[in-house]
Amino acid sequence: MRRLGLGALALLLLTAPVWLASPYHLHVLIMAGIFAILALSLNLLLGYTGQLSLGHAAFFGIGAYTSALLALKAGWSFWPALGAAAALSGAAGWGIGRLALKLRGAYFVLVTISFAGVISLVSVNWMELTNGPLGLPGVPPPDLGPWALRTKGAYYYLVLAAAALAYGVCHRLVHSRIGRAFLALRENEPLAESVGVDVTHYLVLAAVVSAALAGVAGSLYAHYTRFVSPEVFLFSYTVTMVIMVVAGGKGTLAGPVVGALLFTVLPEALREAVSWQWQMLAYGVLLLALLFFLPRGIVPAVARAMRPARTVGVRSRSAPGARGEPE
Amino acid sequence: MLSVEDLGVEFGGVVALAGVSFTVRPGTITSLIGPNGAGKTTAFNAITGYLRPGRGRVTYDGAPLGGRRPFEIARRGVVRTFQKTSVFPTLSVRDNVLIGLHLRGTAGVLAVLRGGRRIGDEERRLADEAARIVAFVGLAHRVDEIASGLPYGEQRLVELAVALAARPRMLLLDEPAAGMTGAEKERLTALIRRIRGEDVTVFLVEHDMRVVMGISDTVIVLNGGRVIAEGAPAAIQAHPEVIRAYLGSSGAPA
Amino acid sequence: MDQLLQHLVNGLVLGGTYALLGIGLTLIFGLMNVVNFAHGEFYTLGAYAAFAALALAGLPFFAAIGAAIVVGMAGGAVVERVLLRPLAGESIDTTMLVMIGLWIAMQNAELLGWGGVAQSIPHPFPTAPWTLGPLGIAPLRVFVFATALALIGASHLLIQKTRLGTAMRATFQDRDTAALMGVRIGRIHAVTFAFGSALAAAAGALLGPIFLVYPSMGDLASLKAFCVVILGGLGNIVGATLGGLILGVAEELGAGYVSSGYRDAVGFVIIILVLLLRPSGLFARAERIG
Repeated sequence: MRRLGLGALALLLLTAPVWLASPYHLHVLIMAGIFAILALSLNLLLGYTGQLSLGHAAFFGIGAYTSALLALKAGWSFWPALGAAAALSGAAGWGIGRLALKLRGAYFVLVTISFAGVISLVSVNWMELTNGPLGLPGVPPPDLGPWALRTKGAYYYLVLAAAALAYGVCHRLVHSRIGRAFLALRENEPLAESVGVDVTHYLVLAAVVSAALAGVAGSLYAHYTRFVSPEVFLFSYTVTMVIMVVAGGKGTLAGPVVGALLFTVLPEALREAVSWQWQMLAYGVLLLALLFFLPRGIVPAVARAMRPARTVGVRSRSAPGARGEPE
Repeated sequence: MLSVEDLGVEFGGVVALAGVSFTVRPGTITSLIGPNGAGKTTAFNAITGYLRPGRGRVTYDGAPLGGRRPFEIARRGVVRTFQKTSVFPTLSVRDNVLIGLHLRGTAGVLAVLRGGRRIGDEERRLADEAARIVAFVGLAHRVDEIASGLPYGEQRLVELAVALAARPRMLLLDEPAAGMTGAEKERLTALIRRIRGEDVTVFLVEHDMRVVMGISDTVIVLNGGRVIAEGAPAAIQAHPEVIRAYLGSSGAPA
Repeated sequence: MDQLLQHLVNGLVLGGTYALLGIGLTLIFGLMNVVNFAHGEFYTLGAYAAFAALALAGLPFFAAIGAAIVVGMAGGAVVERVLLRPLAGESIDTTMLVMIGLWIAMQNAELLGWGGVAQSIPHPFPTAPWTLGPLGIAPLRVFVFATALALIGASHLLIQKTRLGTAMRATFQDRDTAALMGVRIGRIHAVTFAFGSALAAAAGALLGPIFLVYPSMGDLASLKAFCVVILGGLGNIVGATLGGLILGVAEELGAGYVSSGYRDAVGFVIIILVLLLRPSGLFARAERIG
């Protein structure tokens, strides 16, 4: 049953450019795909290792600027620029990961916000490098061999492939010994250490992978919108990502994807009817409502509702990786 | 063999351990007892890397443990449990034990991302091992339940299972019988004997004297941060200084 | 030299209000373990309350400041009762996210209510600066500094000399024992949050006439408040006072001698450096309020 559903979904996604009514709708899906990658990346830190990093927009922005600058000023083609974006963001993630070791909870959150704040101010003030608030226009589109991916349809497939790859990476990591180590960090760090889990290693690993994925999303964004400005560091991007993860269901894989779709499609659908401020207000209220009524998020709530009632014991919301466990 | 020499720990002026020395011989069940505040858990913390001692040497099978992080000490086969019940709360019993099996797996990032048969085989092997350990502690009927939802005594068994999963050569148990019913304590002592039977040295801190005297080969007594006696249970029970430590100097000897 | 003194004076004025923000937050964060990202929104609320009182209701200036404080207190009490009390046992992450949600909701409500255009708060002080040798300082700023000092002093008195303050300090040091001794923790939480928010509102009302009033003014205020808390140590009011003054002066010196564009970065950099090098704060004595 699930296989059928997933297969149908895959078919829909693969043929989207065909059946979608207008290029605008395709644009929405492309943005949803980019945000899905972002949400999945944040989920690694937030949902699996339990580190509330509120500076994720920094990794997104670093990826976007790196890719754009290398393409514009050094003439790099898209693919190496993408690689460099992932690498540089990953390096920033490494720094944040090492910071998380010394700080926990609220202090870690503050440092991540401050980090993002500093990077943001640098991008605004360092005119020679980033052109300041004016931004960098004219970022070239990616190329695949001799073809330049200029059409929305072509770019859609690029983003779809990237999102599928990101999902695959997260899926493999989470359903493995590594994913279990992440969960152990979230659940009970001293206990994890007592059975041989190297906390440093796994925290930094989560941060690096998370940041690198966000950097990839940034690069995709830069080459799609063909314009990068300090606005990529806006806190509202981080807030949106957090809402996507928390609303969708942190600690699940489908959650961030559902959250990304929901919170990309919904604002666009409401755009005509309702102004942006009302939407952001609704986001705030929605976040509050979710935290009170659906603290685990939408995906776990739906999964629970679809499960037949059990008579004995508490059904486990288990970590993946054991034989015979449904995901 | 665990060898502790002149271990000293101070907390801002308060001396928790004042130069403690003892050995835990391999293949034994050794207990560390003493009145509250004698420094037992502090000793555990210092041995397993959760505390940095001010002075002293701790060696296991000749290799020094001092200054190492807890996970490195676990790698050397020394695993401890905690005084306060410590499980991975929102995970199932099976997943708790799977995390305990962390050191038995080898998959690194690249291998995981590549996937393939080797990873699948390893996961299956770990799953089988997890099932075996869960059955060993008697929790097979709870294997899919969330750890924090279990009754207290069973949570302590989960704790034990997680520690065993790390395949220790020496297991340090911090008050394993605390809060258990009589029947649970019986099951626990039987389990500890079976663990020793699997060639694991057991070193435990415990307050319940029946448990201690019933299973220990050696008993070490701590008081005021010092070792005041070390020997077989019978000798310890008759030791005047031990009696004095527990009853106070005004108490009449037994 | 004159420029340096001028920067110092300006920095102290600014620092006084930062201290108000910091004291409020260090009480809330320290006592209730709530990461209050909405703290800046009470700052904004205070500014808009003063604006409404002055420009719309035509109240005298000092009454408007008082109105802002009352609004802040009331708002804080409501938020504590409705949002925080029901989540009393939850993890710090959940309350943090709740405060983020409140932050978003409050700011956008302000945006919808007042519009995005910055307002200015009229004040009755002469604009010609008083001169003291080489230094010039606007009478408004003197008033702001004096009021801030008065409020800081009142806070110190409250915490150190009243029964309520003693109960608050007890709750901070050891909640369980305080409860056993008869302190009503729920009431202390309500008072703490209301008081902290009132201080933030006061800071907003005081700084409003100096700078402009606009809905997103609270974002930086929140972060600077956290910076002050980190400088001074959690729960440390004296530390928060000194930390606020230090931040104000550091910002002015940074803006004057390095670059005005990076002014706001000073707070961020301080946060990062202090947390890395001395996480307990510059003035912290272990686990104490006051």
